[in-house]
Amino acid sequence: MSSDFTRLSIHEASELLRNRHVSSVELTQAFLDRIEAVDSKTNAYVTVTSEKAIHQARAADDSIAVGTNGLLTGIPMQLKDNLCTRGIKTTCSSRMLEDFVPTYDSAVAGALFEKGAVLLGKGNLDEFAMGSSTENSAFFPTNNPWDLDRVPGGSSGGPAVAVAADECIFSLGSDTGGSIRQPAALCGVVGLKPTYGLVSRYGLIAFASSLDQVGPLTKNVTDAAIVLNVIAGLDRRDSTSIDVDVPDYRKALTGDVKGLRIGIPREYLIEGIEPGVEKALRDAIEVFEGLGASVVEISLPHTRYALSVYYIIAPSEASANLSRYDGVKYGYSVREADGIWDALEKTRQQGFGAEVKRRIMLGTYALSSGYFEAYYQKAQKVRTLIRKEFDQVFEGIDLIISPTSPSVAFRQGEKLADPVQMYLNDVFTQPANIAGIPAISIQGGMSDGLPIGIQLMTRHLGEEMLLRAAHAYEQSTEWHTMHPSL
Amino acid sequence: MRITLEEMRHIALLARIGMTDQEIELMRDQMSNILEQFDVLQQVDTEGLEPTGHSVDLQTVMRDDCAQPSVDKAQILSNAPEREHDLIRVKSVLE
Repeated sequence: MSSDFTRLSIHEASELLRNRHVSSVELTQAFLDRIEAVDSKTNAYVTVTSEKAIHQARAADDSIAVGTNGLLTGIPMQLKDNLCTRGIKTTCSSRMLEDFVPTYDSAVAGALFEKGAVLLGKGNLDEFAMGSSTENSAFFPTNNPWDLDRVPGGSSGGPAVAVAADECIFSLGSDTGGSIRQPAALCGVVGLKPTYGLVSRYGLIAFASSLDQVGPLTKNVTDAAIVLNVIAGLDRRDSTSIDVDVPDYRKALTGDVKGLRIGIPREYLIEGIEPGVEKALRDAIEVFEGLGASVVEISLPHTRYALSVYYIIAPSEASANLSRYDGVKYGYSVREADGIWDALEKTRQQGFGAEVKRRIMLGTYALSSGYFEAYYQKAQKVRTLIRKEFDQVFEGIDLIISPTSPSVAFRQGEKLADPVQMYLNDVFTQPANIAGIPAISIQGGMSDGLPIGIQLMTRHLGEEMLLRAAHAYEQSTEWHTMHPSL
Repeated sequence: MRITLEEMRHIALLARIGMTDQEIELMRDQMSNILEQFDVLQQVDTEGLEPTGHSVDLQTVMRDDCAQPSVDKAQILSNAPEREHDLIRVKSVLE
């Protein structure tokens, strides 16, 4: 019985709660039991908050009893462990913040708590969200539930696995260059990166501020719309927050994509895509054509520069953002040192892992005197070109379709020794962050028993169309019903 | 372009990250490889283009200057590595 509960989507569970077929306490306990049973295999959680979960579930049941409940009331969720939660450790999977307990909730956590969602715990990630495999977590790697010897992708590996392995109903991640969409693809769940500025980053521990965005990982597209309804909207505590009327995204899920114009960038088909992934893309194109959309070839010639632009801008901003970790006010702190400078250097030497140090060094280099114009400013100018290219393309089409990742989940350790190979994982996802546009990864097939993700992108604030197309596709395929056996 | 060891040490100093000679060597190779990938950007003609800082137009936000409750002092101090009374203890800054 309880394993049936853990397979429910938000809208299914919500209906059972509303009809009193199950209480939130029962539902929450089913998930805590599931975590107890499988998390030793998957390692999706850094922290499980059992007590808080049961406490919140009781409050949700009270609210359901008096009829003040919404769709998320009593729904058990996880949050990536770089989203601050008041009184609950928020580690960024780093030694640097191993014992850090925030004094406030991130905007998204606050909004979800307000709606009665129940926190099961915090999801593992690549340290400070820097990585594409979750192997950079300072604590332990997370394992892909479809094949435990393989990576789940990253950096939101914990959230993607928790959703795929039924260790929560939904989770939130952050996406700087693909960190929601790529793990969603590799684990066979839905991952949405909203328009830059649509969801508040207040309380998201910053990585690269001009690229970071928070979004949901869910079992299906309807759930993504339900969560986006709650987390989208203006927040004065985030200066990049957009002042825009937030529609009911669920109403956009009409199933109708007739007449939609979908572009397939010819540059995206030559980047060393695995045959299984390319086949899934061709199949997805056929599905959309069958639904009455038209698919045309387009060109995004500057896409080939996106990877370089990303790996200059993101480390540069990270080097500035992570300068705050000095071991003085909070976080890891070396006390045995010869003066304040020595303490600072030792704190950062021991508190940060290899990838984080590599990116801080790279960013410091790119911003340093003599190199600033050649690297950071040059990257920002090419960024302008990439943005303009997307703007022009979206004058003629509504959506862009591509694979989310060039490959299915790879083996643990396979790409760890070569940063350049690892960075290529995000080649299809980074352009959306560079341009600030919304993008979603949906389940688009299987290859050798491993899931494949299909990515859709659209223009700024085009989430309704994006979700409508993703939902229509999902309704016509069975991929989202596939399930790993653990 | 291969970064020199002196440059690596200088960057580590700017970033305030302590590094052993071995770490400096390894990272020098890795960073040189990564920077090589960036050379493709020099091919792109960006004459006359403005740099993009953010993908949305940021505007200065004004609000009324009114007092609001702040975070509790005891809670903030509870994260400090070392304390003395209500103060955070640090290494001496002045010699």
